[in-house]
This record gives sequence, structure tokens and C-alpha cells, in this order.
Amino acid sequence: MKASKESFAYTPGLRITPYTYIRRVRSLPLKGEILVNKGEHVNFDTVVARCCIEGMPHIVKVAELLNIDTEETMRYLLKKKGDPVRRGEVIARYRALFGLINKTVVAEVDGFVENINEITGHVTIREPSKFLELTAYIKGTVDEVIPNEAAVIGTYGAFIQGIIGFAGENFGELRIAVSNPQEVLEASMITESDAGKIVVGGSLVTYEALEKASKVKVKGIVVGGAKMEDLEKILKTRIGVAITGRENLDYTLILTEGFGKLPMSEAAFKILKENEGRVAAVNGATQVRAGVLRPEIIIPFEKGKHREEKEELGEGKMKVGSIVRIIRFPYFGAVGKVVELPIELHRIETESPVRVVKVELADGRVVTVPRANVEIIAE
Amino acid sequence: MYNGFIFVNDLNKKEPSFILATDVGSTTTKARFFGKVDGEWRFLSSGEAPTTVEKPVEDVTMGIRNAVREVEELTGHQIIDYSSRELKFIMPYQGGKKGIDVYVSTSSAGGGLQMLVEGVVKTITAESAQRAALGAGAIVMDVLSVDDGRDTYEKINTLRFLRPDIVLLAGGVDGGTKTHVLEMAEILAMAKPRPRFEIEFRLPVVYAGNKDAREDVKKILEENFDVRITENLRPTIEMERVEPARDTILQLFMEHVMAHAPGYEKLKKLVSTSIMPTPAGEGMMVRRFSELKGVNSIGVGLGGATTNVYSCFDGRFLRTVSANLGMSYSVGNVLKEAGVENAKKWVPFAVSAEEIMSIVYNKMIRPTTIPMTLEDLVIEHALARESIKMAFNHHKYLARELKGLKRERTISDIFEEVKAEETYIDLFRLDYIIGTGGLLSRAPRRNQSMMILTDAFQPVGFTALVQDSVFMMPHLGVLSTIHPEIALEIFEKECLIYLGTVIAGSGRDKVGAEMAKITVEYGDGKKENLTLQFGKIIRLEVPHETEVRVTVSPSRNFNFGAGFGRTVSRAVRGGVVGLVFDGRGRPIYVPEDEKERCRMLLDWYMSMNLYPKEKIEEWRSKL
Repeated sequence: MKASKESFAYTPGLRITPYTYIRRVRSLPLKGEILVNKGEHVNFDTVVARCCIEGMPHIVKVAELLNIDTEETMRYLLKKKGDPVRRGEVIARYRALFGLINKTVVAEVDGFVENINEITGHVTIREPSKFLELTAYIKGTVDEVIPNEAAVIGTYGAFIQGIIGFAGENFGELRIAVSNPQEVLEASMITESDAGKIVVGGSLVTYEALEKASKVKVKGIVVGGAKMEDLEKILKTRIGVAITGRENLDYTLILTEGFGKLPMSEAAFKILKENEGRVAAVNGATQVRAGVLRPEIIIPFEKGKHREEKEELGEGKMKVGSIVRIIRFPYFGAVGKVVELPIELHRIETESPVRVVKVELADGRVVTVPRANVEIIAE
Repeated sequence: MYNGFIFVNDLNKKEPSFILATDVGSTTTKARFFGKVDGEWRFLSSGEAPTTVEKPVEDVTMGIRNAVREVEELTGHQIIDYSSRELKFIMPYQGGKKGIDVYVSTSSAGGGLQMLVEGVVKTITAESAQRAALGAGAIVMDVLSVDDGRDTYEKINTLRFLRPDIVLLAGGVDGGTKTHVLEMAEILAMAKPRPRFEIEFRLPVVYAGNKDAREDVKKILEENFDVRITENLRPTIEMERVEPARDTILQLFMEHVMAHAPGYEKLKKLVSTSIMPTPAGEGMMVRRFSELKGVNSIGVGLGGATTNVYSCFDGRFLRTVSANLGMSYSVGNVLKEAGVENAKKWVPFAVSAEEIMSIVYNKMIRPTTIPMTLEDLVIEHALARESIKMAFNHHKYLARELKGLKRERTISDIFEEVKAEETYIDLFRLDYIIGTGGLLSRAPRRNQSMMILTDAFQPVGFTALVQDSVFMMPHLGVLSTIHPEIALEIFEKECLIYLGTVIAGSGRDKVGAEMAKITVEYGDGKKENLTLQFGKIIRLEVPHETEVRVTVSPSRNFNFGAGFGRTVSRAVRGGVVGLVFDGRGRPIYVPEDEKERCRMLLDWYMSMNLYPKEKIEEWRSKL
């Protein structure tokens, strides 16, 4: 059988690195104000930018409420475009028969008259604008400022990507609650002293532990896997597509491997363990679609203490000797070394002719798996 | 010719020698290479590579380059001009194994075309507007109407958080009242939904409503939106004209949406005709097939993120895209919507809900992985049936007669009437089912595609099943806009695989009861007599080249097309799978008892030669 030395990995491996340079672009959803300057040091919770988000509009059907023709709306309006209004204030009044018929329309919210539509007889009251503030999310230095749009924060640190997460950004001190990546994170392992911390588990987090985390007010949980039915109970919703980050959960939850009981990768566990006690930023937002976004754990380091290295992302080249992890049953989670990359298509058990890779597992077995079912851990 | 894609240039005048077509899918970029060999158009080779809209590449042309490179490796034909750093093809054909004459592409990368639809009455203008958006190959994110049950506050709230590419606003017949459509315009103006890409980009709004309201709509919206006026898609209650709105949407798709996807500016310069959304290309071939043969057909494109259903019935073409029903990115949603029990219904061995969930949800978060075991494959096939079934239900909902005809009524009268009306898709009059998409095209046995399509659509009477050989329908669809004759030649000879004919009756009886007596007469005079029992499947190996006459005399509980208990006789052809006499009734009878269900499924799978015999026996031994 012919074999190649190098091949493209269909599933780019999750990035797990003990030391790299990390940049995060903090973009405003609308144009606004950037509050920091290039070179400035920022903490996790430093507000770096803000913008004005328009208040909610309320359409008041004035003509309908007064039972008048739409073109008569202006006649009975007590406010004009741009006028401020208070909740409960009369904005339109209709009087007839010497005051015997007296109808009024009151504003239901504070705001201002944004628009009067004489064709529909509708008046739009817009609630006051609100400021949206954006924090730095990671501790580091402002690398770049894009006026009115974004600030780029950079830091040296450890970086771990998970496979799926829930809820958005948080930060807290790392605390390893298990002794190895196989151990299950039980409720008893989470204590009152974990308030504000990011708790790290092994292969699974139990439903009780997920609940306890909420009670204790932890900031995050990082673990290999969780059962889908437990997640659905805790999130109070059914999961359909892997687009997450806005869940109503008190803390950020990151699964590094997937659904079910799956030991956390040795590499990720080792980095977390080495950095116990440091403050880390976590973000559960995931988007398994075009423009893929994975949840992440960033542990910023002080500059200068480590060797210089910039974050680099490869194209996912798989070679003989590459360390890969199998990401589908029946070898889910097994780590091994690529020993051969046959060029010819191979018929697997399903009878599908696919491109395969031969992987030598830790126990010495050599298994043949589709190339689509492995991810590269290291070259 | 499809109006949205008329593209006139010199290509029409000179026949090409080699053609390259790509589909930039949400997960994979698929290249297909065609050439004229000994005077006939042939599919020569294919290449696939992951779509590169993500970091670190963020340039679709990189994925195209990788896919085309695979074609080059397999054929030895040089297509890429390696002297250029940017992707460039050697065009025109240079002789020997060098160069191509035509390059075309479809795309659904970056989430395809995502639209928001606003109409006045849910079942009249909003429904017509939805058909126009779907006709352009869009994913409809939400449909808002005056009477959708949401109050203004909720509508505004919904709009504020959606990030559509284009909004389609319709409502009111020409000369009718303007108030309602202006109210919908006003809601849109107030909510100011933002486009998916770029902060500063003005969201395009296509207005296709009451022509008398055009100026007012412009006044309300033009400050914050890029308003395009097109003909009213419902000029009168009796008439629906979706084409002008659909064409405007497609034009905007090219101008704006594609321009914002990474690398598309480069891709636009490479193609010989406009890039087309994948569902538009796929649907075009279903339509051409039906028109050419003069038949009623249904097509399905079972993709990773969406399931697209197309129907051409009595000359009426309809396309629907069911977002969030698909076999990779959306497979978790298929399970969520169908329910574990419905998915399990098709699995002939003991499996827990937790195991199914684990397989499905882990596939969702690692969408490019493929099943390695037969058990895993069977579960994927179960989900495929459910995905198509739900997408077909969605399709039937929109495949209805125009609402609100004949008599004067108030808006509320119209709401009540629609519920009673049904789809115009009559399965007894359906001639063909066409399947395409990764899972169907790549099914290890064609028998599996035939069974998935049969179980999902549950055809009755006599229905031929056809499948896209290696997933090239979108490619041929876009090619047909400039070289229709070449596209059709390849479609007929290389793309279509005739699976066979399913002969099924509607009705119900006791398992084992006689359902029908069947006679199969071959051209050489040979006759075969069969008895079909309720709950059984009989498969006869008959190739497509062989025409046979099938006469079915059903018992009084069953209808095979001529009425309950009435004999029906038709000339039919087989295919790579053959003739399938489906005795499972409609809807398909599946026993509730788990063991009984598994046994029956294994009998069907054995009759259909669905999976390896030894594996079926192994599953049976474990019951």
C-alpha cells in the first residue's frame, strides 16, 4: 500500500499550549468610545470601551386608541417630535361634546417622542439610551486601538480551548478539585471556599456538582465531559445546535472533550494543574459553524518571566509521528502516534471507502481510523 | 432560463473542453471536474477539502485550491496556475492535460443566505414572501406578520437580536389599504436590526408589497436601510408573483452577502458566471429533471446544516430550506425536534437514550467526523430519516394553494379558513423522488439511500427513486445557467443513479395478513407471482434497463393508487436496488414492543440487503 508522509487533518486540533502570546479583540457592537490607550496595562475587569445602545422603541397606536382618523392624529397630540415624555404622562387627548367625551393616551415608559406617523396614526416613544461597557476580559496590555470600534488586548500566558462551553466571560482563581484527569467531579469536592473560583474537574461533572457550583457561587467549571441530560436540567433548555454563550447559568462551564464521561486530555490537565492559584479568564461561547468559535481558558502571565513566543496557528498538517487523539467511537478519547498515512481509500467497518490513518495506541495496538476522526495534539 | 442568472457572454458561442465546478459548502468544499471524452461529456474526477472560512486562513479560495489540487493529483490534469500566489486557473484549455474553459461555483459557506420575512397576513402575503425568499435559496430566520400572535413589543424585541443578510417586506394588494404594511415597515424602522457583517453596512430591505405604499415605505425606511423596490408579490389576492422579488434577493446576495464572506471577492473574479447559493443550484436540477421528463417529483438535499426540499408538481416548483435540520452541525437539533424515541424507532438493536445522545451530540460538536462502526452508521441513518421527514412536513406546509381566494372577507375570516386547506402534493401522483447531499451520496450501499428516502417520504402507489451519484447537483445547476445542454447531458449520464421503484399501499391490517397479490411480467414473457403480507418488504433485483409490468391486486384494506381493493397495473423500471414492494402500510407500521420492533426492522433490513448479513444476524442473536 502506498503511503504519504504528510496529510491534511480534517479536524483542526483544539489548541492547548502552556505558553504563548494571546490577543483578544474587544469589539463594540456599534461605534462608540475606546477608553484605553495603546501600551496601557489593563486588568480582567477594566472597562476598555463603551457605546450607546438605543433604548427600546414603543409604538403607541394613538389614532386607534382615540378612535379618530389617522390623518387627525396631529390635531390631538400634545407632544411633538423630540419632546421628552414621562411614564404616565398624557401625550394625546380627544375631547368632544363639551367635554362629555374625553379620551386620553398616556405614555407607558419614560423616553422621548421619536416619530409621529400620520399615515398610520402611530407615535413612537423611544426609551432613554443605555451605555454598554466592555471589559478587557484578560489581564494584559493594550496592543492596538481601532478608534471608535475596538481595543486589542495582548498577554503572554497559557491557552486551552475546550470543545463546547456554556455562558459567557468570567474570571477567577484556578482550583484543581481532582487528583487526576479521570476523576469525577462530585458535589462534595466543591466547598464554600470555592466562591469566585474556577474549579477544575476530571472526566465528568455530576448533576449535583453542577448545582452545588451555583449555590457556592463559583465563577467557572472546567471538566472533560458532562451528561447531556444533566446539562439540559441545569440549563433548563434542550440543546439543538452548538451555538452557545448566552445561557442563563450562574457560572461559565467548559467541557474540554465532549458529552458523556470523557477524561480530560493529559495536556490540558497538566497546564491547569501547574497554574493552580493563578487567575484565569474563561469564556464558554461556542459556535460550531462557519467562523468556528471554541470555549477557552486563558491564564495570563506577567511579562518577562518566560521565553518570547508568539501565538502561531498551523494549517493542521498530520505527519507520521504526529500525536493524535481519536474523536469518535469506538476509540473515543484514545491518544496515539501516527504510524502510517495510506494514500488509497480503505473500506472501514461501515463499508465506506475513506482515507484512513494508522495510529499506534498507548497499549501498543495499531488501529485504522478515518482521517476525519482524529485531531492533532502535537506534531 | 432561470431569470436570476441570465449571464450572456462568449461562453455560449464556443463549446468548452473541460469544466471545473465547485460547491463551497458549510463544512466541505467539493470540486467536480468534467470533460468531453470521445464526443461525450463525462464526470472525470472529484476532490474535497475542508471549507476555509475560519481562522487561520479565512479565505474560501484556499479550500478551493486544496480540493482542486486533489483533482489534479487524481487526474494528472493541471488546472491551477502555480505561477500566481493568488488562486488562478489556467484558462482557456491549453491542449493536452492543461487548463479548463469554464469555472462555476455554488456556495452555502458562512451560513448561506439568511433572511427575515415580513408580511401583513400570515397565511397570505407573509406566506408568499416566505416562498419568494426560499425560492432564492435563503434560510428564513423568522416570519413576522400583523397577525402572528406577537405584540408589537415582542416583534421589535425579536428584530433587534436577529442579524439577517436581507429583509423582505411585503403586504397588501395593489390599490388596497396601506396601513398594515406601513405598520410593519414602521416596526422594522424602529427596531433597526443590524446586518450580520460590518457595523456600518446598511441592511438591504426588499419591498415587494402594495405599490401605492412604495413612497411611504421608502420614507419610513430609507434613513437606515438600503431599500430596493420590486413588484408586488401579491398584486391581487388571486395572484402570486414571486419571481421579481426572488431575483432582487439573488442580486443583493451577490452584491452584499457574498462580498462580505472571506475570500469571495477573489472567487467572484475567478468564476465564469455568478456564484449561486447551493440550494438554488440543487433545486434548478430538480426542476429541469421534472420539466424534461414531464413528471411530478420531489428532491431532497440532506446537508450538514440544512435540509432542502424541492418539489415540482403539475409544473409548480417550490423550494424550502429547513435551517437547523441537518446531519452534522444541526444533528443535535434533529434529535431534539424528533425526540429520542422517534430516532430509536429505526434502530434494530438495544441502545439506550444516553448512548444515542452521546453519539449525536458529539457529532454536533465535531461535525466532520464519520461513523466507524455499523451501529454508529445505523443511528446516523435513523436521524437522516427524521431530518428529511421534518423538512418534508415544513415543505408541505408551504406547498399549498393560494389562500384567501374567491370571496370577500375580513382578515379574521381568512385566518380561520387556511387551517382546513391541505398541500397540493399528492403522493399517489408523485413519479420521482431525487436524493442528494453528503450522507445520501456517500452511503456505503445505495440500498441504504433507497430505504432512508422511502421511510422519510413514505411514498404510496408507484414511485421511482433516483439519487445523485457523487453530489454534483448544485454544480450542474449553476453550470446549466451557461451551458444547459452540457449540464443535462452530464446529469442524465453521470449524476443520476436509478435506485429503483417503490410500490406501496396505504392502509393498515394485522401483521402477516395478505395485503396484495402481485404479478411481475418481464419482456421475455417470464412471469412472477408474489403475495405481499402486511409488515413485510419484498425486493426483486431488476435493473433500470429492464422494463416490467407490475399488476397489484390489493385486499380491500389497501390502496395502491386505484382505490381500496382495486387492481392497478403499471410499467416500471428497476435500478441498482431493484423493485421494492413495501408492505408496511402508511404511515409505516412499527410495533411498539421493543423486541418485536427490532425483529421486524431486521427482517426489513435483510430483505433490503441494507447492512452486511453477518451483522444483521449478530444483532438478531442478541435480541
